[in-house]
Formats: sequence, structure tokens, C-alpha cells
Amino acid sequence: MEEQYKATVDAPVMEPGHTFATVTEKISAIVLTRPASNGWFIGFGIAFLMTMMMLYAIGYLVLKGIGIWGVTIPIGWGFAIVNFVWWIGIGHAGTLISAILLLLRQSWRNSINRFAEAMTLFAVACAGIFPAIHVGRPWLAYWLFPYPSTMGVWPQFRSPLMWDVFAVSTYATISALFWFIGLIPDMATLRDRATHPTARIIYGMLSLGWRGSARHWHRYETAYLLLAGLATPLVLSVHTVVSFDFAIGIVPGWHTTIFPPYFVAGAIYSGFAMVLMLAIPIRKIYGLEDFITELHLQNAAKVMLATGLIVAYGYGIEAFMGWYSGDRYDAFTIWNRLHGPYAVPYWALLICNIFIPQVLWIRKLRTSPVALFFISGVILIGMWLERFIIVVVSLHRDFLTSSWGMYYPTRWDWMTYIGTIGMFLAAMFLFLRLLPAISIFEMRTLLPEAEVKE
Amino acid sequence: MKRERIYGMMAEFDSAQSLIDAAKRTHEAGYNKIDAYSPFPIEGLAEEIGFYHDEVPLVVLIGGIIGGCTGYLMQYWMSAVDYPLNIGGKPYHSWPAFIVITFEMTILFAGISAVFGMLALNGLPMPYHPVFNVPRFSSASKDRFFLIVFSSDKKYDPVGTRNFLEALGPRSISEVPS
Repeated sequence: MEEQYKATVDAPVMEPGHTFATVTEKISAIVLTRPASNGWFIGFGIAFLMTMMMLYAIGYLVLKGIGIWGVTIPIGWGFAIVNFVWWIGIGHAGTLISAILLLLRQSWRNSINRFAEAMTLFAVACAGIFPAIHVGRPWLAYWLFPYPSTMGVWPQFRSPLMWDVFAVSTYATISALFWFIGLIPDMATLRDRATHPTARIIYGMLSLGWRGSARHWHRYETAYLLLAGLATPLVLSVHTVVSFDFAIGIVPGWHTTIFPPYFVAGAIYSGFAMVLMLAIPIRKIYGLEDFITELHLQNAAKVMLATGLIVAYGYGIEAFMGWYSGDRYDAFTIWNRLHGPYAVPYWALLICNIFIPQVLWIRKLRTSPVALFFISGVILIGMWLERFIIVVVSLHRDFLTSSWGMYYPTRWDWMTYIGTIGMFLAAMFLFLRLLPAISIFEMRTLLPEAEVKE
Repeated sequence: MKRERIYGMMAEFDSAQSLIDAAKRTHEAGYNKIDAYSPFPIEGLAEEIGFYHDEVPLVVLIGGIIGGCTGYLMQYWMSAVDYPLNIGGKPYHSWPAFIVITFEMTILFAGISAVFGMLALNGLPMPYHPVFNVPRFSSASKDRFFLIVFSSDKKYDPVGTRNFLEALGPRSISEVPS
């Protein structure tokens, strides 16, 4: 009986035996003393080359125009929008971990929130590229913002695309602020630990002169908590507004009320998959298994399982409504997904997002880093396919057979997409070497010696 | 105001518990101008040094209200007053369509107020501060806890205050030059 009980007790949030000093040293050493390995240079080099490829593809796009892409009427929204939704969705897990889990007092978030927030920022940066280059004349993308222009006109605020501009730019700003405010006390730690004079000056400037006064901590915690409270409805609103871009249109396959919750769940689903794909190698390479334990992997797996089931429910309701609404166009959309020219990606989507992740019910796989890494990869592919199905397959056959068409991405589409993955990884590589990947001060609060009686 | 040559007397402690006990006793002994420094937030410590009024929530509330009003009025003025444009026969003042941006602007302004309000109230950024003159203070961002009695305190006295802090059982005591 006791044996059985032991087997079901979860791993600890942090391995025992750590003190304030060891936590501080271990995390800050990655930045301050550990030399950059060959592996880091190779990884960063590849990611950097991919970023250059992206810049080349974008440069050529600016030169030649949107015709180099596969987009054509009726499919006016191709890879650009697919990738935009995919990246912005990935970002959502970072905010969920840093804000929502903070409000829910889930202390296990403390060791993964920093790099999850970094992931959010970089993912939003990748996402932001696509709408800007998709507008056709990217140098005029600033027309989206309401500024007093000589033309005298203003943006069209009744359009969900305009809502999206505000939602995504607010999200990017708040995520950056949340990340920066979390870094301030750790910057002070690095300032005090760094031996290189340049490092001391840079970290010193970034720490803003933080000295850990009790008054400062009090206001800091209030601001941090309020920011979490503000970021929580914000993150839910962002993907809701993204889903409005589709749901407010009348195209069959877009015009559904299930979209907002199903988009938010899908966003968190793919975001946690990305968190795991980053956390698993990082904890291994930098020896952070003490801080990112089996518990974190398991919890992330459980979140993926739960959100994956919500997504599955969304697919189910879409299919059900296709039949139940009695609308022949809706019914055709479902039939077309299952049997049309894009049936292969749709079935692949069902396998990646619904069937394979069910193995997470098995405890052994939830705690196995290797298995989780691959399942997460499958989910990320599946979620990309989901957005492809929503954007492309809905558009390619709508009401009139005369306006049907097909979409074939060109190499420029692929170069831009793969290039953003490179940019994301390059930013991640730099982040790991330049900033503490785990929040040091929040890890200190998890130690037993941090507890006080009044 | 005359600048004091000595900024205060600083005591170093080993643990969060000893800092909070020391802060309590110092405050009870009648010292009002004191501060405590720790490598992580300690619940209840601010109250022990006599800090009760946190204005951050008020700043955030004001920021949020300003943001919400700005968001809504901007859309109303642009769509219904400055350049009314008939789009799909929708009313110029389509208030339900304006809610999303109003919400986003509320969050944006409130969030910016939270961060910059907190920094401003804390007097940050502040590149120089006398406490950094104490070499041991560099461990305040690692594993040590500090309590300071400012020399501007009415009860401050170089010998008496040192003796008082000595009695609290610190690891070390240093005078902080300003």
C-alpha cells in the first residue's frame, strides 16, 4: 500500500538541498561564468543563417511584391496568416504561465516563467512580421495605426482586423513590460555578481539601481500582481480577437461562435508544446534538472492533455454544426475537409492534435522527457495544420463553384516561415547566454528558509 | 537641507526570520526612519518598518480609467465626428464594435501605469545610492538581509544606535557613508 502511495506522489518543485546561495550561483553562472560551448555557437549559427534567409525572402518580397507568394484569389490569406496565428498562439502559454498561474498561486511556475515569457516575446515578434509584410505594401503598414495624416481619414474601427492591431500591439507591450519588471531584481543580482566591468555596467543600468528595499518590494509585488491580473483577461482577449478575424466573416468554416474559446485553448495547447520543446533540452544542457523537475514536465503535459481535449471538442462541434445547421455550405465545408483536395492535411491534423496526444494519459510518457519532446513536436505541427485548414481550406471552396481555386505555397512562403523559426531560436540562444533563464528571486521564495513567522 | 555625512547605521542578518524580528524590535524601540533590504520579497516586512500606504493600485486604477476613456472617445470622435464614413450602413457611433479597442486600451494604459508608477514611486532608476557604499551590501541580492537606521532619524545616535543594533544579534554592523 505504502509502495503504491509513493509511486503516485509527485516530484518536488525543486530538488532538496538548495540554499539562497546555491540557487543564485547556479542560475547566474550560466550567464556570468560558463563559457559558450561549441554546441551553442553551432546552434546559434544555424538559427542566425535561417534569420538571414528570412530577411532575404522579405527583402525580395518588398522588391517584387506579394505575387512571389502562393496567395491568389480566392485564397488571399495564405501562409502569412497561418503563421501569424500559429506564432501568436505559441506566445499565449508564456502569459498563461507567468500571469494566470501566478494568480492561482501555482508555485511550480516560478522556474519556468522567465523563459516562457521570453518565448512569448519572441513568438509575438515573429507573429508581428506577417501581417506587416502581408499588407501588400509593407512600407505603408503604419497606416493601420490611427495617426493624424494628411489624408484626413481614420482607420475603420468596426473591423476586427483593426481590433487585432490593438490587441496584438497591447499584448506585445504588456508582455515586454511584464518580462522586464520580472528581470529587475535579477539584474541587480547579476550586477553584484559580475566581475567583468562592462557586464557590471550593463546589468547595473538594467537593474535601475534596484536595492531590494522592503518598501520597494511591497510596491513591486503589488504592481506585479496587478499586471498579472491585467494580463490574464488580455491574453484571453488576444486570441479571441484573432478568432474574430475569421468568425465575423461569412465564409463557411469561419463563421462560427465556437471560435473564440477553441482558439484560446488551441493557443495554450501549442504554447505548452513549445514550452516543453524548449525546456527539455535547456534543463538537460544547462543541468537545471533540480529546478525544472519531473513535476513541471508532468504539469505541462496535463495542461496539453486538457487543452487538447477542448480543441478536439471544437473540431467535434464544427462537424456537428455542419450537419445540424442544415446549411448546405457548412455541410459541404466539412465534407470538403474530409474528402476534398486538402484531405491529407486534415487527417494529419486529426492524428497530430487528437489521436497521438492521447498517449499522455499514460503516466510513464508524461514523465519521460524524450517522449514529451516528440509529442510536443507533433502537437506543434498539428496546430500549424489546424490554422492551414482554417485559413486555406475554408477559402478555397466557398459559395460559388466558379470562384473555387487551389493554393500552392512557393519557396518564398517556406523561406519566410522557416526563417521566422530561425529568428525565434536565435533570440532564444542569445537570451540563454545574456539573461537569467530562470527567475532567481522567485526561486529563492520557494526555499524552506524563505518562510517567516510574524 | 543639510546633507548628513553619515547616511545611517546598517546591520547584516543571516536569515529572513532574523531580519523580520530585528525590524519589528527596531520599530518598536521608536526608530521611525528605517529600511530593510532582502534578496526576495518577504511578506509582512514592509509593515514592520512602518510602510502601509501603497499607492500603486490607485495609479493603476487612474491609468485604466484614462485608457478606457481615451480608447472609446478616440473611436467615437474619429468615426462619428471628425470623418463620418458610411460603411455597410452601420451607424457612425457603432458602440458595440468599439468595445474591443476600449478594452485593449484600458489594459494598455493600466499596465504601463503599473510598471512606470511602481518605478516612479520607488524612485527608480537611481544609479547611485549610499547603501552601495557598504561592500558587504552586494550580498543583499544573494543571501543576506540588511536593516538600516537612517541618520535622519530623531533617535539616531552613532553610539546608541550601534549598541541597539548590536543587541539584535547581527552578523556585522557598518556605518554607511553618504
